[in-house]
Amino acid sequence: MRALKFAALAAAAALVGIGLASAAEAPPPPQKNWSFDGLFGTFDRAAVRRGHLVYKEVCAACHGVKLLAFRDLQRVGYSEGEVKAIAAQVEVQDGPNDQGEMFKRPGRPADRFPSPFANEQAARAANNGASPPDLSLMTKARKGGADYLHALLTGYGEPPKGMKAMEGLQYNKYFPGQQIAMPSPLNEGQVTFPDGTKATAEQMSLDVTTFLAFAAEPELEDRKRLGVKVLLFVIVLTGMLFAVKREIWSALH
Amino acid sequence: MTATATTAGPLDDGKSRRDFLLIATSTVGAVGTALAVWPLVDSMNPAADVLALASTEVDLSAIQQGQSITVVWRGKPVFVRHRTAAEIKAAEATALSELIDPQPDKARVKKPQWLVMVGVCTHLGCIPLGQKANDLKGDYGGWFCPCHGSHYDTAGRIRKGPAPQNLAVPDYQFLSDTVIRIG
Amino acid sequence: MAAVQWKNPVIKWIDYRLPIFTMVHHDLVDYPTPRNLNYWWNFGSLAGITLVIMVLTGIFLAMYYTPHVDYAFESVERIMRDVNYGWLIRYLHMNGGSMFFLAVYIHVFRGLYFGSYKAPRELLWIIGVFILLAMMATAFMGYVLPWGQMSFWAATVITNLFSAVPLVGEAIVRWLWGGFTVDNPTLNRFYALHFLLPFVILGLVGLHMWALHVHKSNNPLGIDIKSPSDTIPFHPYYTAKDMYGLGIFMTVYLFFVFFAPNFFGEPDNYIKANSLVTPAHIVPEWYLLPYYAILRAITFDIWFIPAKLIGVIAMFASILILVLLPWLDRSPVRSARFRPLYKQFFWLFFVDCLILGWVGANPPDAMLMGKISLLVIGQLATLYYFAFFLVIVPLLGIFERPKPLPESISAAVLKPGAAE
Repeated sequence: MRALKFAALAAAAALVGIGLASAAEAPPPPQKNWSFDGLFGTFDRAAVRRGHLVYKEVCAACHGVKLLAFRDLQRVGYSEGEVKAIAAQVEVQDGPNDQGEMFKRPGRPADRFPSPFANEQAARAANNGASPPDLSLMTKARKGGADYLHALLTGYGEPPKGMKAMEGLQYNKYFPGQQIAMPSPLNEGQVTFPDGTKATAEQMSLDVTTFLAFAAEPELEDRKRLGVKVLLFVIVLTGMLFAVKREIWSALH
Repeated sequence: MTATATTAGPLDDGKSRRDFLLIATSTVGAVGTALAVWPLVDSMNPAADVLALASTEVDLSAIQQGQSITVVWRGKPVFVRHRTAAEIKAAEATALSELIDPQPDKARVKKPQWLVMVGVCTHLGCIPLGQKANDLKGDYGGWFCPCHGSHYDTAGRIRKGPAPQNLAVPDYQFLSDTVIRIG
Repeated sequence: MAAVQWKNPVIKWIDYRLPIFTMVHHDLVDYPTPRNLNYWWNFGSLAGITLVIMVLTGIFLAMYYTPHVDYAFESVERIMRDVNYGWLIRYLHMNGGSMFFLAVYIHVFRGLYFGSYKAPRELLWIIGVFILLAMMATAFMGYVLPWGQMSFWAATVITNLFSAVPLVGEAIVRWLWGGFTVDNPTLNRFYALHFLLPFVILGLVGLHMWALHVHKSNNPLGIDIKSPSDTIPFHPYYTAKDMYGLGIFMTVYLFFVFFAPNFFGEPDNYIKANSLVTPAHIVPEWYLLPYYAILRAITFDIWFIPAKLIGVIAMFASILILVLLPWLDRSPVRSARFRPLYKQFFWLFFVDCLILGWVGANPPDAMLMGKISLLVIGQLATLYYFAFFLVIVPLLGIFERPKPLPESISAAVLKPGAAE
């Protein structure tokens, strides 16, 4: 019965989404200069740290990043000690113990970030039926990637004349269908960055997007670094193969 | 990326420029192919999450003297034994010259009453008996491997049988008097 | 077969008992090849090499992949995050699929343009069509394995195609699923088949090569090999040319792997499969888009046959019609170089396939510039697709006046100013 209701709700939501999407297409998100773009892109270490803070203090109440492990943070410049301390701040479930019971213990670097809700039903129940998605792969799982995410986080505003957001939904011009269940999450001064950066909504959004881009592709820096070397190698080899081909065929022409 | 042909076959007219080009290209191609194989080979090594899950904590407070428990660490059994005074004495009194793999008892324990070791026979990887009170314990009152008859003493040292080494002692530390962390 | 004298005693010993070195020498070294093959002839060997890369990377992925609905998505992400070079192996496999189809499609269009399907190479061509079909099945099932939203809904839509079969359709679909919806049994069997089919493809490729080596390669002039001066040994000429082509191919392939690994993919497939929510716009991978457009183009019943069934038939027919092509084309001339009309219809056909792909990529109700329905464009493109094979090609065989053919390959190539 419950499942059926969810199915109906989901189907209705999907239909509403389609209807509105073709009625008013979302504008393309503005392009930003991301530190991790380009052939030599790397994650801006300071931005990842600020973004991590924004995630922890703002997003983590509703959204998990369950595929990211604490130890992964060492890939973007956190020290082993820092990672241990960060992990120890959260409680993770473990067990069963000798009495056969599950128990909570402080996190370890090997643990993955715990999610705020035990399961999707609990997430829906706590959020008016809209389940906050896990953010582990968000920049890969949306068209427009990081640009879209940043545009969405800062895309709230008054709906245009003649349009009224449905109850429990907010107007956001970049969201497909323009109505989103998540209230505008970022407000100026909501967090205090230890590095003294001013916590404007724009800044927080850029930083948390960088953090989530890292969460989605922790291998990105390895990939691009290796890619440059491999491509140079293959291009040189191809040049040599061309010379060989020409040399061999020269006897024919 | 495969190596190019090294022989020019019927066209081989001994031109050194061509020979150099062919050999150089073949070499670069062969090196590239070899390097390309490495990621495939390396992918079979332990993955990052496996390497990260390397430590286990054990609460010792419930283990009575003369009792042993088996905990799982990195997928292998670890024997934790609360040794009796007699066992400690037997282990300490053994002369090094009697041992196949000479090692004094104090090199195998951090506190004499607690013996912690990986419960995998150093012969061919079976799990020795001796953890339960009614198990066979071998000729030296410690552990006995049923697969090929290796006898271990009360310090887990090999005394008789085909095993070449003492039972391995893992890296561990006392977090408090009653808690150890292995790994 | 001229016997080769082996000097190395070990090679000689083996070859006397199992003439594998003689075979390699005969088929890869001395093998007589038309001297005028252009770079379009590189794509056969490129497809073969890509197949090997796919099998290799696939085996290593299989060591970490878990074919279970609860773990499949996470196991793929574990490959991406924790397995040493797992991201590289997976991206090689993912993009390798696209590169494989790219190479094979160029290979097929080359065959169409230069008439490589005509006698005596009909069977060679037909085996090729079956390779293409097996590739599609393999690619489709491979796409399901990561168990993302696109995986799930692609599996649902494609398996539901079979429900169009009269009378037993529903039973077939339930049999394909092993349940009442795409679920764990479906994922399990797709994994098993995705592992098996590449070896079937390897077998078919063996037959393809065998048939090729009986009558040798076609060539851009489309005329038969008449004398030894028309050919050159495969090695070192075509080994060198193939390797150079491979270098360029790998450069493109690796660029995507390292710098745009998700270019050919859909973002929705990074969302775990959810059987209660369909993504707003589901599309197959790019290499299947034209067939998808043909499927959707049929929106009308014909007589008593429902549109759904016709769509499915049209989609399968669009590939199987290639099997009949050697008999639909009655023109004695192979190469389009000497067929002025066929050449134009061929390029129109090529563009038609691109249009079908573009239509397949867009929502069915989309409008071009707010006026022209994409559905109508898709229907017209589908019409031309079938008309090309069933009307244009047979008629051209009767009415087209081909240009005079050169005397021989060597005469055409060695003459100054001749086209190569």
